Amino acid sequence: MKIIERSNFGRLIELLKEAGYEVYGPRALDGGLVYDHIEKDSDLPEGYKDQQGKGLYRLEKSGDPYLFGFAVGSQSWKKFLHPAEQRLWKAKKTGNGFTLLDPEPEPRPRMAFIGVRACEISAMTIQQKVYEQAAALSGNPATPDAPPFIVAVNCTHPSNNCFCTSMDTGPRVRSGFDISLTEILEDHSHYFIGESGSERGADLLAQIPSRQATEAEISRGKAATDKAAQSISRSLDTHGLKELLYQNYNHPSWEAVADRCLSCGNCTMVCPTCFCSSVEDTIDVTGQYAERWNKWDSCFSIDFSYIHGGPVRNSVKSRYRQWMTHKLATWIDQFGTSGCVGCGRCITWCPVGIDITEEASTIRNSPKTQEP
Amino acid sequence: MIHNNLAGQGVVSDLMKPSLFRIESWKRESPDVFTMSFLPKDGMGGVGENPGFTFLPGQFNMIYIFGLGEVPISISGDPAPGLPLIHTTRSVGAVTQGMSLLRPGAEVGVRGPFGNHWPVERAWDKDLILVAGGIGLAPLRPVIYSVLNSRNKFGKVILLIGSKTPSEMVFRGELRDWDRSKLMEIHLTVDRGSKSWRGSLGVVTKFVPAISFEPENALAMICGPEVMMHFTIDALKKRGMQPEDIYVSMERNMKCAVGYYGHCQYGPHFICKNGPIFPYSEIEGIFREPEV
Repeated sequence: MKIIERSNFGRLIELLKEAGYEVYGPRALDGGLVYDHIEKDSDLPEGYKDQQGKGLYRLEKSGDPYLFGFAVGSQSWKKFLHPAEQRLWKAKKTGNGFTLLDPEPEPRPRMAFIGVRACEISAMTIQQKVYEQAAALSGNPATPDAPPFIVAVNCTHPSNNCFCTSMDTGPRVRSGFDISLTEILEDHSHYFIGESGSERGADLLAQIPSRQATEAEISRGKAATDKAAQSISRSLDTHGLKELLYQNYNHPSWEAVADRCLSCGNCTMVCPTCFCSSVEDTIDVTGQYAERWNKWDSCFSIDFSYIHGGPVRNSVKSRYRQWMTHKLATWIDQFGTSGCVGCGRCITWCPVGIDITEEASTIRNSPKTQEP
Repeated sequence: MIHNNLAGQGVVSDLMKPSLFRIESWKRESPDVFTMSFLPKDGMGGVGENPGFTFLPGQFNMIYIFGLGEVPISISGDPAPGLPLIHTTRSVGAVTQGMSLLRPGAEVGVRGPFGNHWPVERAWDKDLILVAGGIGLAPLRPVIYSVLNSRNKFGKVILLIGSKTPSEMVFRGELRDWDRSKLMEIHLTVDRGSKSWRGSLGVVTKFVPAISFEPENALAMICGPEVMMHFTIDALKKRGMQPEDIYVSMERNMKCAVGYYGHCQYGPHFICKNGPIFPYSEIEGIFREPEV
């Protein structure tokens, strides 16, 4: 493991840019944390911390020089990997029908992500399974594009809403990264403990001015993430959770949560694993050109389940139940993993502070419902 | 390693691109139901030595009408190779209404076939009970063609059909032919009769207690409104049929048909790829559970 002094951190960004990557990372913009273009290390949210609670988010000055002294913001990397809007094709009207136009080749930037959390790497892996299953159906499995270069930063400042320890997804990264960093701030020193997770990660790491980490530094790094893990108080008991939810489609707590839920869909927008999308077929005013777009959708919208005669899920109760049961139970049958990584975004960004961990424990702690 | 998901999306984009098919024929089945046949337009849609459309009974296509949008429609034709694609649909929304106005020569976009299929080969050497409610006969018609294409492979074949009114009964010409062929037993009923209706009145489930078949060596395939399927399943179980021998066709909102857009989820199942056909035993726990 290598020690990179804070003063040399900017080299990492420069080297990525020199290698041809578009570099993205967290930035403090408009009072929130967003993932955006990073040109230099001063673009990173130095000296910021976040305060999160149920329906509460504040990005504040912390008074210390941490670059990554926060948990996660509302955005996740899915905005790059699974864009909110994407045109699938364009067609022109012909005499009796239409013809698909050859798509103009869209530049696909090679992307590098800086500051990826362990829970977010898990989320990317989960979303990837969804693509892989769809691609498998085509009989023409995806030829992977250049995968994004991932510079993970171990989480040392989890928020009040984090529960990655319950979902076994953090706070320390285990795989899926090119370089992992642990940020250490002590009396007079500020450095990163760097580790490579791939060949290209090792190559890049070797070019950054650094020195070998001492045993003491390595254990300080481990202590920082151990301390983060211990500071996480929120928990979700996942033992038998799938079966529990399958047996409780009619639990009275669904009514209770529906009384509070606004069905706004915020939780699905901020969730790093929610993948549901919609197809939008459009036509221009001349009636000559049509397009098909793929757009993020939410199971909380009433149109989501529409079939002739009306929506299948009319009640808010049924829509919340669909979301939570999918996330924590049916997802496991569909993709062999839970759909939840414990990042806490759905709790933070719910306007009425609904807490998925509380909703699950309410069902667990009350008697099983009768069969209908 | 995390792959750039955009690569996966490239494949999904390909799956979202329709092929062009030309309408060959158009036929009205009832006041708001019509049947169309299609052939791939030259140079597109896999034209080769076999210009027909290959599918399995119970599968569906996504049909795109230029500028209007795309809808899932089950395939109602004969699955034998080399035949045109046939769809029967009711004009209910903007897309199907637009589609109902198209005539031979017009072109539509087709993606498919998608979904699983009725287990026709499981019915070999067994009695086969087909129960259709209204336009639910359309996705079952390919099964009937399969049976007729190799009739001696099956035991008794009994077709039970319920319709709201006599004029809404679809495939009346075919029903007459099948009845005359004596190759299957057909029972029809309507909710509300008409002056000329001499047949039975009431729900389709009423036939189940009376028909003669071997429940322990039979397969049932049901397609219709959920409530109709529910009572039919009950009646078949009372006759001694097992849930794993009763197949139903389920319906949910379908957008992509490749298990990627999430709209058609039904409990753990994606109707588009794990369905639309399910043995009742597989969905017993959530069937008739409201709003799942």
